[in-house]
Amino acid sequence: MANLDYSSPSSVKEVVKILTTAKGKAKVMAGGTDLLVQLRAGRLKASTIVDVKNISELRTIKKEKNGFTIGAAVSGAELGAHKAVNKAWPGVVEGLELIGSTQIQGRASLGGNLCNGSPAADGVPGMIAAGATCLIAGPKGTRTVPVEKIVVSPGRTSLKSGEFLVSFFLPNRPKKSGDAYLRFIPRTEMDIAVVGVGVSLTLDKKGMCTDARVSLGAVAPTALLVKNCANALIGTNIDEDALNALSEAASSACNPIDDKRGTIKYRTKVAGVLARRATVIALKRARKN
Amino acid sequence: MAKHHVEAIINGDPAEFLCGTEQTLLDCLRDELSLTGSKEGCSSGDCGACSVILDGRLVCACLVLGVEVNGKKVETIEGVAKGDDLHPLQKHFLQEAALQCGICTPGFIVAAKALLKENPHPTETEIRYWLAGNLCRCTGYDKIITAVQKAAAEMRGES
Repeated sequence: MANLDYSSPSSVKEVVKILTTAKGKAKVMAGGTDLLVQLRAGRLKASTIVDVKNISELRTIKKEKNGFTIGAAVSGAELGAHKAVNKAWPGVVEGLELIGSTQIQGRASLGGNLCNGSPAADGVPGMIAAGATCLIAGPKGTRTVPVEKIVVSPGRTSLKSGEFLVSFFLPNRPKKSGDAYLRFIPRTEMDIAVVGVGVSLTLDKKGMCTDARVSLGAVAPTALLVKNCANALIGTNIDEDALNALSEAASSACNPIDDKRGTIKYRTKVAGVLARRATVIALKRARKN
Repeated sequence: MAKHHVEAIINGDPAEFLCGTEQTLLDCLRDELSLTGSKEGCSSGDCGACSVILDGRLVCACLVLGVEVNGKKVETIEGVAKGDDLHPLQKHFLQEAALQCGICTPGFIVAAKALLKENPHPTETEIRYWLAGNLCRCTGYDKIITAVQKAAAEMRGES
């Protein structure tokens, strides 16, 4: 980490300028809980750290007319304390809040969790299920991209040179909507997902599912948006048959690795079970709203 | 590479130091300010031995750059006791023998202090989850939990 430059710009424009003009490799830092570990371990090389925590757009949660804008560097502790986001999108919040310890929660952000590019990122499936979008700023201005289009492979994103993630947008919810995130780990805390599942769904007055999005984490090179899982729910009352079909669709979508946390067979099976459980939680929440 | 000049409030007092970008807050506390109470365990945010409170938030000092704390408030283990008067957490850690080798203790006390500020009446489960980012290889945790519970009770005026 020697010979490292540091800047903490106060505007989005300045960040883009630094990213496009820096000599060598500039890395954007939000909470730093992944970045600093990787730099120290030598897994990542950088010549400049661009700390984006002093930019208000990246640090604030804003209620808009049609949803919430959440700064990419908002920490887990800050998001967890925001009542309105918790009420509208509990699944998104519980995903981010599962990451690491209390100490990590003081720093770790949704933006960092996404851009770090881990297939097992707990903050990501909930956002994909929520239909969240990213505001990306770069030399050519800004663009809006769905969360599921950001990570292209482990550790790699679709962001182009000079671009960085400013904020997320979470839309308002129709009535009778609910979401949930569940992950499976062999212990109770402080671990990396063997499987993660985010589910968001909407019911009509009679309790029929009219809309659903299901996302799986840790079972493929990137978090997946699984259309077949949604199709298994939409048009049903989310009865036993629908849940069985959802489970099967989730397991079929898996393309996991074998590692110390779980074998391919195990992850594939757990994905089906967890998708069902997360759907049941989202359903309970939807019925209450 | 030029060093950064950092001014911060540490345990209530203004402090300043010079540091390189690569120096973490933990490096700066220990090597530049001689505040060696915060310990280096893993240097990757897993063990909590370097826990400090940064602008009111519990963080690992090994995952914060020294240069980042410019203009901010940092509370470390050195600021927990008031002169010779031990904090209830320190007192009960001693009374309950909630430490053996002691390396993890400053982190546990700072983390528990942050917990009790936010939640003066934590359940055992809440204490265990809050302290899940602090590792202790000696005690088996039970004595630590008891010490935190007793300190919490004392701070609530119950003992």
